Amino acid sequence: MAAPTSIQDPRRPEAWVWVYFATVGIVVALMMVFGLVMRLGQAGLIELPLTWFYQLMTMHGVGMVGISGVGGAAILYHFLSQHVELSRKIFIANFVLFLIGAVLLLGPSLLGSYAGAWTFLYPLPQNSGGQWAPSAAAIHLTGLALVGVGFLLFHLDNARAILARYGSLGNALGWPQLFGNSSEEPPPASVVAGTMVLIVNILGLVSGASIIVLSIVGILNPSFEIDALLAKNMIYMFGHVFINATIYMSVTAVYELLPLYTGRPWKVNKVFLAAWNISTIFVVIVYPHHLLMDFAQPTWLHVLGQVISYGSGFPVLVVTAFGALTLIHRSGIRWTAASGFLVLSMFGWSAGVIPAVVDGTIAANQVMHNTQWVPGHFHFYLVLGLVSMFFGFALHYSRGTGDSAADRVALWTYAIAGLGFTCAFLAAGAQSVPRRWAIHLEEWHGIALVGSVFGALVVVATLLLVVRIAVRARSVA
Amino acid sequence: MTIQATATLISFAGIALMVGIFLFVLARSGDEAAYDTVQPRAYSLRKQLFFILLAGFFIVPALTLRHLPYSPDGVESTVVDVTAHQWRWEISQTDFTAGESVLFRVGSADVNHGFAIYDDTNRVLAQVQAMPGYVNEIAFKFDDPGTYRIMCLEYCGLVHHGMLAALSVTDARETL
Ligand SMILES: [Cu+2]
Repeated sequence: MAAPTSIQDPRRPEAWVWVYFATVGIVVALMMVFGLVMRLGQAGLIELPLTWFYQLMTMHGVGMVGISGVGGAAILYHFLSQHVELSRKIFIANFVLFLIGAVLLLGPSLLGSYAGAWTFLYPLPQNSGGQWAPSAAAIHLTGLALVGVGFLLFHLDNARAILARYGSLGNALGWPQLFGNSSEEPPPASVVAGTMVLIVNILGLVSGASIIVLSIVGILNPSFEIDALLAKNMIYMFGHVFINATIYMSVTAVYELLPLYTGRPWKVNKVFLAAWNISTIFVVIVYPHHLLMDFAQPTWLHVLGQVISYGSGFPVLVVTAFGALTLIHRSGIRWTAASGFLVLSMFGWSAGVIPAVVDGTIAANQVMHNTQWVPGHFHFYLVLGLVSMFFGFALHYSRGTGDSAADRVALWTYAIAGLGFTCAFLAAGAQSVPRRWAIHLEEWHGIALVGSVFGALVVVATLLLVVRIAVRARSVA
Repeated sequence: MTIQATATLISFAGIALMVGIFLFVLARSGDEAAYDTVQPRAYSLRKQLFFILLAGFFIVPALTLRHLPYSPDGVESTVVDVTAHQWRWEISQTDFTAGESVLFRVGSADVNHGFAIYDDTNRVLAQVQAMPGYVNEIAFKFDDPGTYRIMCLEYCGLVHHGMLAALSVTDARETL
C-alpha cells in the first residue's frame, strides 16, 4: 500500500483536549525559559540572586513533571476514548485539580522563597536552614497532593472504562492472546498502553500520596520523625514511575498517527504485548537505581537496581522504536512537521536510554550520580522524546491547510538545538560538574555557555511552534 | 582510561549510532517498497537485536558488578567521621599520607547531602550520600599526594553549591 497523498483522520480531539494542550504549550514554554535563565546563571552570564536560582529550579522541575503528565493524559484520553467510554467529567476534574495544584505548587516559590526541589527529599522541606517558612513547604506539598489526586482519578476512570469493556486488566493487556492462543483480535495499542500506565501510576501515586501526607504531618508537627531513607524510597518510586508514565501515555500518538503518514498498519502482536507486560512489572521495581549511592541499603538491592534498570525500558522501547523504523523504511512516508516530530520522538527516546543505562551501572554511578550527566539523560528523553510527541500530536490535529516553511525551520532548529543542549549536559557530567548548583566554578562556565546557546535556540523554536500550532488550530476550527 | 571517559565514549558512540540509523532510514524513506518485503527482514533483524540485547543483559552486569563500592575491603583503615551540616562539612581528620586507606563514616546533622571526593583537576573519584539517621561507610585510598576537594552532590538548600572542604594528602616520604 502506498502512502496516502492526504491524511484522512476523522478523529478530532474534543475541546477539552485542546484546553489541556493550550496549557501544555504555555507551561512548557515558560518552564523552558526558567531553565534557560538557570543555565545562563551557571554560565556566569547573568547574576541571579542566589535564592532565585533554587526557586526557579524547584518550579522548573515540578512544573515540567506536572505538565508532562497533563500532556500525556490528554493524548491518552484522546486515543483511549475511541475504544472505551471515558468520563469527560473526570477528565475536566483532573484539569481543574491540576490548575489549583499548580497555583499552590508555584505560589510558595514565587512569593515565599520556597525551594525544596521537586524531589522534596525529607526533611529539606521542613528544614530549609532559614530560607523559607515551613508553611510554604506545606502549601507546596498540598498542591502536589491535589495534582496527584487528579491523576489518580484519571487513571481510576481509565480502569473503570477498560474493565467495563474488556472485563479484566489481564484481557486489556492481551493475556488471552499472549498466553492462551486466543484467536480474538488483541486489544488496540492505546488500550494496552492505558492499562499498563494505570497499573504503574496508581501504585506510584499511592506511594507518592503517602509520603506527601507524612511530610505534611512532619511539617505541622516536627516531633513526628520519618525515616529519611524510607522517605527517599517512596519519593523515587513515585517520581520515577510518574515521569516514565508520561512517555508511555504519549507514545500512543506514535502508534496511532505514524501509520497514517506511512500507509502501513501498526499491528498489535505477541511481541508487542509481551513487551508491554514485561515493562509493566519492571517500571514499578526499577526505581532503586536512584539510590545506588545510599550505602546503608542492602547490596542485593543495589545489584537489583542495576540489573533491572538494564531490562526496564528496553522491551517497550525496542518494540516501539524498531516498529516505527520498520513502518518508515522505504514507505514513501509523507513528511510533515507532525510526522517529523513523531520520528524525532522515537530518536529521542531510543538514544536517551543509552546514557541512562550507563548511569544505572553502579561503577559509573559512583562517579556520575548527581553530576549534570543526570539532567543530561532525562532531558534527552523529555526534550527530544516526550515534547516531540506533544508537538507531533498537536501539529497533526492542527494541520489545516498544511505546513508553512516556519514549521519546518522550527522542527529542524528544535531537533538540532535539542541534541546540542542535552549533549552539553552530558559533557558537563563527564567533567564531574555537579547538578543543581546555582554558581559554577569558572572552569565549568564554557560548557554551560554551550548549553545556554542551544537552550536559547530550543526556546525560540518552541515559542515559534506554540504560536504556529495556535494559528493552525484556529484555521482548523 | 577513567570511568567517566569510558562511560562518555560508550554513550556518545551509541548516540551517534542512533543518529546514523535514523538518518539512514530517513534518507531511504522515499524509495518505496512493499511492506511485505520490508517487514520480514525487519523482524529477523529485530530477533537478532533481541539476542544481542539479551546477551548484553548478562555480560555487562558480569563485567561491571565485580567491584562494588559498598563493603570496605578489609584493609587496615584510618577511620574518619564526617558530618554534613547546612552548609558545611565537619570532618574529624583532613590530613593524610599518600597510599593511606581511609574509611569515611558519613552522616548528616540535618538534611540529605552528598559527600563527593574530587581530585585536584575537579574530577569525581568517589561519592556517597550523607543522610540524617544513617551512617554510610565508604572506603577510599589516597593514591597520590595533593589537595583533594569535598563537594556536595545532593541538593540541600540555599548554599548547596558552597559546601566545599579540602583534604590534604602529603607524600609518605616527606613525612618521615
Ligand atoms: Cu548540598
